[in-house]
Amino acid sequence: MAGNRVAVVGVGQTRHRSARKDVSIAGLVREAAVEALEDAGMDWPDIDAVVIGKAPDMFEGIAMPELYLADALGAVGKPMMRVHTAGSVGGSTSIVAAKLVAAGVHQRVLTVAYEKQSESNATWGLSVPMPFQPPLVAGAGGYFAPLIRAYMYRSGAPRHIGHLVAVKDRRAALRNPKAHLHLPDIDLQTVEESFLLWDPLRYLDTCPSSDGAMALVLGSEAVADAAPNPVAWVHGMAMRSEPTMFARRDQVNPQAGRDCAKDVYAQAGITDPRRDLDCAEVYVPFSWYEPMWLENLGFCAEGEGWKLTEQGATAPDGDIPWNPSGGVLSSNPIGASGMVRFGEAAQQVRGRAGDYQVELKTGKALGHAYGGGSQFFSMWVVGSDKP
Amino acid sequence: MRDVAIVSFASSAVPKDAVHNEVEMIVPTVRAAVASSGIPRSEIGFTCSGSLDYLQGGPFAFVMGLDGVGAWPPIRESHVEMDAAWALYEAWVAIQTGEVDSALVYGFGKSSLGDVHEIMTLQTDPYYLAPLWPSMVDMAALQACAYLEASGRGEKDLAAVAARAKGLTVEAVLGQPVTHPPLRDADIFPVTDGTAAVVLAADDLARSVCERPAWIRGIEHRIEAHGLGVRDLTASESTRLAAQAAGVGAGKVDVAELHAQFSHEELILADALGLGEATAINPSGGALASNPIMSAGLIRFGEVAKRIWTGEVDRGVAHATSGPCLQQNMVAVLEGSN
Repeated sequence: MAGNRVAVVGVGQTRHRSARKDVSIAGLVREAAVEALEDAGMDWPDIDAVVIGKAPDMFEGIAMPELYLADALGAVGKPMMRVHTAGSVGGSTSIVAAKLVAAGVHQRVLTVAYEKQSESNATWGLSVPMPFQPPLVAGAGGYFAPLIRAYMYRSGAPRHIGHLVAVKDRRAALRNPKAHLHLPDIDLQTVEESFLLWDPLRYLDTCPSSDGAMALVLGSEAVADAAPNPVAWVHGMAMRSEPTMFARRDQVNPQAGRDCAKDVYAQAGITDPRRDLDCAEVYVPFSWYEPMWLENLGFCAEGEGWKLTEQGATAPDGDIPWNPSGGVLSSNPIGASGMVRFGEAAQQVRGRAGDYQVELKTGKALGHAYGGGSQFFSMWVVGSDKP
Repeated sequence: MRDVAIVSFASSAVPKDAVHNEVEMIVPTVRAAVASSGIPRSEIGFTCSGSLDYLQGGPFAFVMGLDGVGAWPPIRESHVEMDAAWALYEAWVAIQTGEVDSALVYGFGKSSLGDVHEIMTLQTDPYYLAPLWPSMVDMAALQACAYLEASGRGEKDLAAVAARAKGLTVEAVLGQPVTHPPLRDADIFPVTDGTAAVVLAADDLARSVCERPAWIRGIEHRIEAHGLGVRDLTASESTRLAAQAAGVGAGKVDVAELHAQFSHEELILADALGLGEATAINPSGGALASNPIMSAGLIRFGEVAKRIWTGEVDRGVAHATSGPCLQQNMVAVLEGSN
């Protein structure tokens, strides 16, 4: 990884729910930020800069909300930035913040991402008709369902694979007190019998709409060495983007995702991600994206992803747990979901994931986010040991 | 810190572009900036942009914008929902990590598509201020009143700024009706559709592609409290702090390009930066003459860099702002000397 060493020294997260009516947007982000500062053993004056991220402004109807949130996030008199890279934004925001430390510009950076979906309507916010652009009238699910069908056709995956992921991630979420969905009775039949939204996606194959925020405190090596709690060292971080209107794009297995993974693995010294990582927190907003991203991220050969899912390799007790926190399928504050992945990966290698802690062997974990129509990717690998 | 310079700049601005969409507006600007940088597009390490969804009235304005840039094979790319000056800052940080040696930065926006004065109201506190729907001009007028009262300056001082920016006489400005006391039409930025792009390069790469690169010697930004009632509107504390950290006072300032959208903002900013008679302020006309929102801050960098490349000046200050009444400000020192 280029630049100075960087570590996650504090992690904070709200309890995700469908409607956090007890807090304003400012209250929501502050709740996550305060928890992250406490974890880092810091107070507001210790922070050098604040980087905030969220998905489109139209979701809550506030343009450039960093301006309104400057006070709540203790940024007054300090540098503050606002990142927006579509659904990958939680990951990109973490990376922009980490680069401020890697570049030697700052020692301690607070980064926060959020969405308050109860004060918005994401499907409507995504579906504004724009001249000369493909309409997204059915929101994200309507966009991704044909790509999932293309994956099923290519790989020959049987129809129940998506439902297996839907059950696995919701059962994992039962061990995560902060997860939005707690569905103790979920099983294959419940998912199969839930109503069809966009073939092959049934209601329980999709992520919920959540209110929530995630916060990380990133520190330099000196800050990390003095941290009161275990830290997660950043071993590699990368972003890649590809065009939208381009005939050579493979939207099922995008080149940008493959390139981004290759870059981040090279930085972190990972040659076989299934073997070299203890777990992965991957942006899976629709169940079928687990097998699709297993292939895109190089955990198996192309066409084999669904077999790993079927064999239980990605279950919390499998050889490469995916989304032990319950993932996006259990909590989806959109703009924060990527940072939740990055932060949950950090919690695992810090040994602070509580009841959903995986066994640490290599001490490394992947955090992943993607956005748009799979054009935008951000990833990092974090580890228990200094790189 | 690595030495990073601006090595090329291009921009476009028209009052209303009813022919081209944002992607079509970006293409020629980015092409011009890349071509004049001397660095092949495929070798530029990082790309970062600034735009505002609410100008377009849809989510993800930057997504299609990227199609105007050329992102195949996939590129290292990021976006800020801020003026593209902050995209330049993110790119500068990426170069400082050593990951890349060059970056393309661009911004774009079509203010003519809606009522930009009211769209910017959506930047305000959604619970306590936005429902009152103050336009950005209403808020600026409050600041202008406070500043004139505190500084002892008057409408002639505002008119002098407006006249210079807009090529009018002071008498002609003062002859205009006062629409938002104490502001006249000439004191307010014009609606502009436009784009801007710059290429940054580090160290020897910059020296190899540019005879006299515009080196970024300091670049800092700060934000203030959001509520207009809880900060001092008569001064720009965030500009003062950023200028101090960027080292503005360490040498002479030949030229300053200030992102002032209203006449009084230029006066407040010049005070905060400690600029005197020796500094030429906004020789380009500034944002009062042409204000492509989301590019106008980045253009200030380009306008200073242009004057350094030609040898017209040695040292200049570029400034960008964001938010109601100068809430957030960036200050950079650019120098021609190696």
